[in-house]
Amino acid sequence: MTDARPASPRTTLTLRQRLSRADVKYSPYIYVAPFFILFGLVGLFPLLYTFVVSLNDWDLLSGPREWVGFENYATELADPWFWNSLFNTFSIFLLSAIPQLIAATFIAAVLDQNLRAKTFWRLSVLLPYVVTPAAVALIFSSIFSEDYGLVNNLLASIGIDPILWKHDTLAGHVAIATMVNWRWTGYNTLILLAAMQAVPTDLYESAALDGAGRVRRFMSITLPSIRPTFIFVVITATIGGLQIFTEPKLFDATTATPGGAYHQFETTTLYIWNMAFNQDRFGRAAAIAFILLVIIVLIGLVNYALSRGIASNETKAAKRRTARRLERHRAETAAPTAAENHLERLP
Amino acid sequence: MTALTRPAAAPAPRRRRGIRGGRPGFLTYGLLSAWFVGSAYPLWWSFVAGSSDTTVLTLSYPPLLPGGRFFENAAEVFATIDFWKALANSVIVSTAITVSVLFFSTLAGYAFAKLRFRGRNGLMLFVILTLAIPTQLGIIPLFILMKEFGWTGTLGAIIVPTLVTAFGVFFMRQYLVDVIPDELIEAARMDGASMIRTFWHVGVPAARPAMAILGLFTFMTAWTDYLWPLIVAGSNPTLQVALSQLQSAKYVNYTVVLAGAVLATIPLLLLFIVAGRQLVQGIMAGAVKG
Repeated sequence: MTDARPASPRTTLTLRQRLSRADVKYSPYIYVAPFFILFGLVGLFPLLYTFVVSLNDWDLLSGPREWVGFENYATELADPWFWNSLFNTFSIFLLSAIPQLIAATFIAAVLDQNLRAKTFWRLSVLLPYVVTPAAVALIFSSIFSEDYGLVNNLLASIGIDPILWKHDTLAGHVAIATMVNWRWTGYNTLILLAAMQAVPTDLYESAALDGAGRVRRFMSITLPSIRPTFIFVVITATIGGLQIFTEPKLFDATTATPGGAYHQFETTTLYIWNMAFNQDRFGRAAAIAFILLVIIVLIGLVNYALSRGIASNETKAAKRRTARRLERHRAETAAPTAAENHLERLP
Repeated sequence: MTALTRPAAAPAPRRRRGIRGGRPGFLTYGLLSAWFVGSAYPLWWSFVAGSSDTTVLTLSYPPLLPGGRFFENAAEVFATIDFWKALANSVIVSTAITVSVLFFSTLAGYAFAKLRFRGRNGLMLFVILTLAIPTQLGIIPLFILMKEFGWTGTLGAIIVPTLVTAFGVFFMRQYLVDVIPDELIEAARMDGASMIRTFWHVGVPAARPAMAILGLFTFMTAWTDYLWPLIVAGSNPTLQVALSQLQSAKYVNYTVVLAGAVLATIPLLLLFIVAGRQLVQGIMAGAVKG
């Protein structure tokens, strides 16, 4: 752009140059602004406004009726149904998260081998992920049906009494956790598999040379190496798991309000929904939503602090250990021939 | 993926099995096959039951093959809910959300990754922090606002709250920061390209692979959402909301419900067949927030 070059170094900037400078200076803000404006409007503002609504007696028709301060919070904290919903939420969360993470870690370790048809196996564990939560809930609502459900039919055929999946608290929680586990285990398996694949084969080789068996290699090499990813999975599972709604909402459609005849699988998000959209108590619903928000953020912070603590103490030691082992291993093994090298590299 | 770039390992003197040993044995394949059956069976069962009459539900041993009544059950699904309208609504909502998230995420992600401006690090930190905040909990005021604006019952009300996501910006930034060399942007600028031209001709082409992954997952997330559409959709339900209406009666006919679940699963199943590999790669690249 020769015409943009100044005629002499001294002259003032041409209009074109000034425009170009403004372009460089302000463009970045123009690019990020739409995100921040929209996110502020539809993401952050509603969250903050939840707090405002929670300080009012608020119903849909008349809007804010009366400023009540923290009364809604006091009412909720004294309401056994609120605590019931928290209990249900955590119970279902633990029943899903713990078995799911154990299974995902195990299956990921099985997949982290020189498999034939690798892509097929990876796709096969992800299959349930394409069934939407609403469809999952309907399918498992039928499978766990008390009269003519698949599970109770099978139990009956081996002489076990039917289980009251939709009336018993623990059985209901297990059924709902099963839906969550079915849909999400494969997904988490692939995340953990990606972390496992990043562990150098050298480490396993040298451990094997030292006589470490399969289990030992898994416990002292695989598990420590995937810890950061594992913590990431735990955090995302917590944020999602504590807001579980679709599965308990659709598990038993025959009761007047969803969540079970005795509210025995009414999770906190479902409780919020019932409070607002069935009982028209928006102030109280907002108070519960805000409490749940605080709980989730607090758990996130604790997770973060814990992982930081663990990381700072252990990564240094682990890095030293890894470096030592690699060095020793490289010294011990002779240089590979080209052919062997090629074989090892095959996927 | 990382396995390909890893330096070749030294050969093991003995063949071993298990973690990175030699070829895995029958036990491994047996285990994976059993897991596959467990993953696929609930879906297969809903097809078997959804294509039979209600007596199938009373059998002690469920049949393995589908019956011949799928179209009768499907017809009942279509008679109970407006399936095609719900399907169209889901397509419109998910597509609009995906286009919007991709556009704003790529634009902002590019700026955060490759442009220098005052306040960049602070703003990026803000984006990262909001990743950990469940914005879905703002539904109460969001609903009050939608009601106030008279938007409830429109597709716009379903779309608006997810026009942008912090995750999208974070994801595009992480991808673009490594993939575009700074020299390329400088070269484009030297040639006199304006900032927006540089973005369009350097940033967007480089971002395409990441946009494909982000788009895939944004579409799926929008498609599977149930809570928010349930609250605002009214007479304009998405597929998930319509599907749940199949069992709102006191008496639930599960063969029809399951036929509906199968019908509603077909679109994502097709997506899985076409783009399953990309889904796997996306998850393994850390593409997704649960």
